[in-house]
Amino acid sequence: MIIKRKKLSLWERLYLPAMLGGFKVTVRHFFKKKVTMQYPEERWVVPEGYRGAPYLVKDQEGRTKCVSCQLCEFVCPPKAIRITPPGPTGVPGAGNVEKAPAEFEINMLRCIFCGFCQEVCPEEAIFLMQDYSLTGTGRDGMIYDKDKLLALGGVHNDQTRKWNRKAEEARAQGVKP
Amino acid sequence: MLTETMSTAATIETKPQPPPAEKIKVKVDGKEVAVPKTTPDPVTGKPLPTSMIQACAAANVIVPHYCYHPKLPVAGSCRMCLVEFGTPAIGPDRKPIVNPDGTTKISRALRPVIACATPVSPGMEIYTNTPAVRLMREGVLEFLLINHPLDCPICDQAGECKLQEYSVDYGNSESRFVEAKVHKPKRVELGPRIVLDDERCILCSRCIRFTRDVAGDDALGFVNRGSHSTLTAYPGRAFDNNYTLNTVDICPVGALTSKDFRFRMRVWFLKETRSLCTSCATGCNIVIGSREDAIYRYEPRENDAVNSCWMCDHGRLNYKWIGREDRLVEVRKREAEGRGQASGSRSAAPTWSAVLGEISQKLKAAEPGSIAIVASARQTNEELHLLAKLAKRLGALTDSVPRIAAGDKLLLNADRNPNSTGARLTGIAADPMGSNLPAIAGGIRSGRIKTLIVFGEDATKCGIDADLLDKLELLIASDILPNATTRRAHYLLPGCAHAEKRGTFTNTKGRVQKFLKAVEPRGDARPEWEYLHELLVNVTSRDGIASIEGVFNEMAKEVPAFSGLTWATLGDTGISAKI
Repeated sequence: MIIKRKKLSLWERLYLPAMLGGFKVTVRHFFKKKVTMQYPEERWVVPEGYRGAPYLVKDQEGRTKCVSCQLCEFVCPPKAIRITPPGPTGVPGAGNVEKAPAEFEINMLRCIFCGFCQEVCPEEAIFLMQDYSLTGTGRDGMIYDKDKLLALGGVHNDQTRKWNRKAEEARAQGVKP
Repeated sequence: MLTETMSTAATIETKPQPPPAEKIKVKVDGKEVAVPKTTPDPVTGKPLPTSMIQACAAANVIVPHYCYHPKLPVAGSCRMCLVEFGTPAIGPDRKPIVNPDGTTKISRALRPVIACATPVSPGMEIYTNTPAVRLMREGVLEFLLINHPLDCPICDQAGECKLQEYSVDYGNSESRFVEAKVHKPKRVELGPRIVLDDERCILCSRCIRFTRDVAGDDALGFVNRGSHSTLTAYPGRAFDNNYTLNTVDICPVGALTSKDFRFRMRVWFLKETRSLCTSCATGCNIVIGSREDAIYRYEPRENDAVNSCWMCDHGRLNYKWIGREDRLVEVRKREAEGRGQASGSRSAAPTWSAVLGEISQKLKAAEPGSIAIVASARQTNEELHLLAKLAKRLGALTDSVPRIAAGDKLLLNADRNPNSTGARLTGIAADPMGSNLPAIAGGIRSGRIKTLIVFGEDATKCGIDADLLDKLELLIASDILPNATTRRAHYLLPGCAHAEKRGTFTNTKGRVQKFLKAVEPRGDARPEWEYLHELLVNVTSRDGIASIEGVFNEMAKEVPAFSGLTWATLGDTGISAKI
């Protein structure tokens, strides 16, 4: 297909009017409020419901909420999550919570912040938080282990507290929880 | 009494076939099937009236159930298999009433019945998918879930749990039960290999019936009443026989868990591979559960000609050696000068092709009668056959090593080699097995035997001592784990565990069964049949088919006992050879 070049009028061929038009836009923005942010010194306010990096949370008693069911590992599309279950002994110190991960790793280089892990988690143990810019000095450093994830995640103020309720129920019936 | 039940359950194959029973015709959801009037009891073998659930199974209709198990006596306690039915209406003349269109008039029963414990009668019609049946299943399930904890994320059964599956089909999304659930003991150690969570138990009594009627150890029972009924072991006695872990398999929920597998891996990650147990000559059919080349569990696979639905704890837990750290993973060559020194000098990284070439040259050059082969009855039929062919070519003295320990009356055989019959049929083993070993030792001592090939055994443990091995001019060893023989070998060929290769075993009754590959071999290790085939081709200068199917089919042509068999026709459950 051949497109014919439009023949320019004299006004267009003068060049200066177009330049002046552009300059007008520049001058208008020069006196407007600045929109550029001085990142990373300045940071934008992360909106509610933003899907940042996934971290693990603890409950009010300081126990890892994750019970190592490995559903997030199963659902994770880029296979960023790797969980090592605790083995037959479980977690002796966590009361009636029988199971917790021995190790929980998220490869933040693989993570695509899709939020499937939070969606699938039956224990409300993993949340996509507000961190969007993760940096490290090497690939190994970008694989976050359980301790790091828990430290970054903090405490989740869970209203249900099902393990406490279960333990109280059992104690009321005279059964060791 | 107990031993009697044990032996009947074990020897399914040798049991005389019952005379063909009279067939009766019933309709399941409108589909007509002919079922025998009586079916042998799974435990005692006595003829019992065929039940509705068996008729449904014959019509390929699955009736949801918890307490019923085809290999156990019927309990009828879970009520999940409730169905509706009708029988031909009988007129005053005691004859079936015929509808105007010529069909038999059916009078529907007023009440439902449990399909597992109701016998079928001629002309009966069974309805398994009516709205009423569905409502009954929903009701039964809701009652079962009243006290069942909702801890699927923690429970090891999740993913293979009947309660979970039927909850998807018939359950509510929310519980109507607002009261506190009944709490029962958790993490109860019933025995050395079993942990029980009583809260999850739905009181189906499968485990009780299994251990009482099949294993012959009446160790389990219920105490207390109603919602407080609790499964427990007999007071002061551990639940500890060689078949305890079968109760974990048949438990429809996560109440009984294996201490070995508990909290190790979620079942949906496990790749399931059809294989065989190698711990004794019974050859139980198993499924290997593996993930990313690590094996997590063995489970029995149904084969009525061998192991029914069961396997012993000894065999089930005997898998950890496959993942051992000290597995032999590289081809090693020890220079002749280094022989006898503690360290044993090794040349730099020998390759498979170089080493097999050197071995072939040396074997070709060896004078007839100067070679002996110690094979292992843990090797597959194909490997033993290739070794036997090599031995015939070289004129070698051969034998394999017997491995005898105490057996039991159910499944565990006293012969702990998985393929003693194969070793006998391929001609590699002497008769009786092991009787040539002193002759081999004597031959080395007198200097007549200069070359020894050892496959999968430690020669120093079967009468050929370390000083005799040091006398040899050439010692070729192939093994999976290091031992005194592999340390002295001039050529060390790393082999594969059964889970890392394909092949066949012949069990003690002569059943040829195949197993498939579950995980990748470690390091440079290769399946033995591969390099044995290569060696044989090198030594005989004759080509052959370098695939396990080809090797098996060739063996079937050459070994009379296996004639007529092919790899493809073996199927999943094997074929009995003519022994």
